[in-house]
Amino acid sequence: MEQKTKISVKDLNLFYGENHALKNVSMDMKENAITAFIGPSGCGKSTFLKTLNRMNDLVDNVKITGQVLLDQEDIYGANVDTTTLRKKVGMVFQQPNPFPMSIYDNIAYGPRVHGIKDKHKLDEIVEESLRGAAIFDEVKDRLKKSALSLSGGQQQRICIARALAVHPDVLLMDEPTSALDPISTSKIEDLMEELKKTYTVVIVTHNMQQAVRVSDDTAFFLLGEMIEYGDTKNLFAYPQDKRTEDYITGRFG
Amino acid sequence: MKTNHSIMYSSRHHNTSEVTAKYIFLISGIVAIFAVCSITFYMFLKGAPALPVVGPMDLLFGTVWQPTAQVPSYGIFYVILTSIIGTGFAILLGVPIGLLTAVFLTEISAKHLTMIIQPAVELLAAIPSVIYGLLGMMVLNPTIYKLEKLIFAGKTGHQYTGGANLLSAIIVLAIMILPTVINMSVSALKAVPQSYRNASYAMGATKIQTIFQVTIPAAKSGIMTGIVLGIGRALGEAMAINMVAGGSVNFPLPFNSVRFLTTQLVSEMSYAEGTHRQVLFTVGLVLFVFIMVINLILMAISKRGENNEK
Amino acid sequence: MKNSICVKRKRVSDYVMYGLIYTCAASSVLLLVGIILYVLAKGAGQIHFGFLTNVTSVLRGTVGIAGNIVNTLYIIVITMLIATPIGIGAAVYLNEYTKPGRLVSLIEFATETLAGIPSIIFGLFGMMFFAQTLGLGYSLLTGSFTLTLMVLPLITRNTQEALKTVPDSYRTGAIGLGAGKWYTIRTILLPSAMPGMITGVILAIGKIVGESAALLFTAGSAYTLPKGISDILTKTLSSGGTLTIQLYLSAQKGEFEVAFGIAVVLLVIVLLINGATKLLTKKFDVNREKK
Repeated sequence: MEQKTKISVKDLNLFYGENHALKNVSMDMKENAITAFIGPSGCGKSTFLKTLNRMNDLVDNVKITGQVLLDQEDIYGANVDTTTLRKKVGMVFQQPNPFPMSIYDNIAYGPRVHGIKDKHKLDEIVEESLRGAAIFDEVKDRLKKSALSLSGGQQQRICIARALAVHPDVLLMDEPTSALDPISTSKIEDLMEELKKTYTVVIVTHNMQQAVRVSDDTAFFLLGEMIEYGDTKNLFAYPQDKRTEDYITGRFG
Repeated sequence: MKTNHSIMYSSRHHNTSEVTAKYIFLISGIVAIFAVCSITFYMFLKGAPALPVVGPMDLLFGTVWQPTAQVPSYGIFYVILTSIIGTGFAILLGVPIGLLTAVFLTEISAKHLTMIIQPAVELLAAIPSVIYGLLGMMVLNPTIYKLEKLIFAGKTGHQYTGGANLLSAIIVLAIMILPTVINMSVSALKAVPQSYRNASYAMGATKIQTIFQVTIPAAKSGIMTGIVLGIGRALGEAMAINMVAGGSVNFPLPFNSVRFLTTQLVSEMSYAEGTHRQVLFTVGLVLFVFIMVINLILMAISKRGENNEK
Repeated sequence: MKNSICVKRKRVSDYVMYGLIYTCAASSVLLLVGIILYVLAKGAGQIHFGFLTNVTSVLRGTVGIAGNIVNTLYIIVITMLIATPIGIGAAVYLNEYTKPGRLVSLIEFATETLAGIPSIIFGLFGMMFFAQTLGLGYSLLTGSFTLTLMVLPLITRNTQEALKTVPDSYRTGAIGLGAGKWYTIRTILLPSAMPGMITGVILAIGKIVGESAALLFTAGSAYTLPKGISDILTKTLSSGGTLTIQLYLSAQKGEFEVAFGIAVVLLVIVLLINGATKLLTKKFDVNREKK
């Protein structure tokens, strides 16, 4: 089955001041698939993820060259509105970071920001998003309680629900389970299977087993370069590059 | 020193200076408690007697202040009202300006600009209040006087104040609470984790939306502390507003010459005698009670803030 | 493609808020610049040698603030002599001797309350207690005692902050060598906390220099110099107005040249004190980073 390309990256370079953090990255990510980025810490995988919704714009001293095409539009083009872009490309962070407000207000935050004020519409979105993140049943009786009162795993699913509430096309997940216990982790991994039916998911993980379990395609990064990219099963079974092999067999990183 | 050191001996030897030191430190600590107790005691001791003499209702809610008349009248209601209304409007004016300045410093301005502006703001807090008063007299009062003449042109019955009125006092107070509000808000905003802002941006919120819908709400306990501190500062300010507020006891309207609780003390304490003097102490007591209430609110807020962090 | 990422979302309210934020920030800064420039423009011409070294006298036809400068110095010295050891002592007690409990929270409550009491109340209390009950009258001593209570929280808090940043390893290290608590405090903790304590002291001096309401009814308003060497101590028992008090009285009398002259002197002192604390905290930070 041939899938449509959702994101296409061409010759992407990123500099933190003098530091050349991403070198000539080019790759296509498929629609309704899970693409995983793996590699040792500091390899640039998280930085690369953040170029996909321009979160790097918020950091001082960053220079980016090359193209990132989302549905054939260059997100670094001159006319791009980053807020519209980020509405389309949502993000879930490494540490669960719900706002210090009620569960309901957390989920409704995005829609409100984008101008939805109607109470019924908001109720609908909140329920649908919480269901989408597989946490509705756990919190439906305490939507007015502070989101900070939940456990870490629940908080992270609240954050996923919050990202879903603005109806993105793409969901970027930056090591979404690294701060969580194994049970919460498996819940979120199950959830990702569901999510890819509706969304294009890109996940950064330091956990190779996780990449194997959840992703369709995997890209291996090392020192700012993309070393190898392909079908996950193939990449882990028959790595083409010596460095990939060394990494997935645990010889470093 | 003995050659065979017994641990019993040496510990006892040390104990004399150690224990003395401990008690000296303890006494130093207790000075603050003693001071607060004696201040409270004296405020009530001197401030309470006038209440039965004049009658509590006549004193606190009387509107005529004629302490030196043939038949003296000691109503301080307008004075109390002026302090409340003056402080209230100073807060309404100063807090938004202070909060937005703090937003500029923490969320918008470039780092090097913040490094210049923030010390400047701190300097505002260090300027003696008599200088604010002096500038108020020389700059603010004439300006407000022009406004007064414009507004009341052709109307009869207005007692011209020459610009020395409630409005001038409110402006001076608003300026004087600015540094308090700015500094407290800046530290509160700085303490908001960057991850909240990132989460908001990642959903496509603009910077302004993020500031007003995420960052400021997350910093509200610290900002509230700043506001309450500002209220305390405005309520207690004496010299600066004494120089710009006119000084007659009147109902607090913008263009009326007015007396605050504090300026009542500054202006009359030096010559008051007998009951008049006792009533002034009652004015001090009323101010003291207001301030203590503000202090308690402040401590409740900061305690709640600490609990929330846990 | 119905929702292209190139669709600009126009939010008028964003622009309005940006406008307001810039206006507020600019006016806060302009305010300070305006105040300083105005005071300098009006008062700088007043500053000359005679103004600073003479005492205002109708007989000799001189106008000067030497007496007020001396009074201010008197009050600074006496206040700090009393307040510094007590303030530091309280901080040491709170930080080193007690575990959190009733007494600690009581002392901290009292310190916070003192910090929140406005200076006019201190003035009233000083007048009632030091001047009347203790019989010190309007005098530099009464003024100093009053201000001691006022600056106490400032010194205590700054010392406490400084003591909190001294690593616990210093304490356990010293105790482990058999040093007593007082010995440890004297030789290790206080020297390490020195910059914080000095900052507190300088801030307290700044507060004294700028204070007026607490002194009006306690220290009085005389502006003469000590009559001679023998009068240096007895002067503390007589009335003396500081620079701020003189500024206030001059302004009330309409002598605005003198008032602005004093304002310039005060501003310069305030600027110096502010600069000194900035420098000190910076140096303190650098030292800490090195460790």
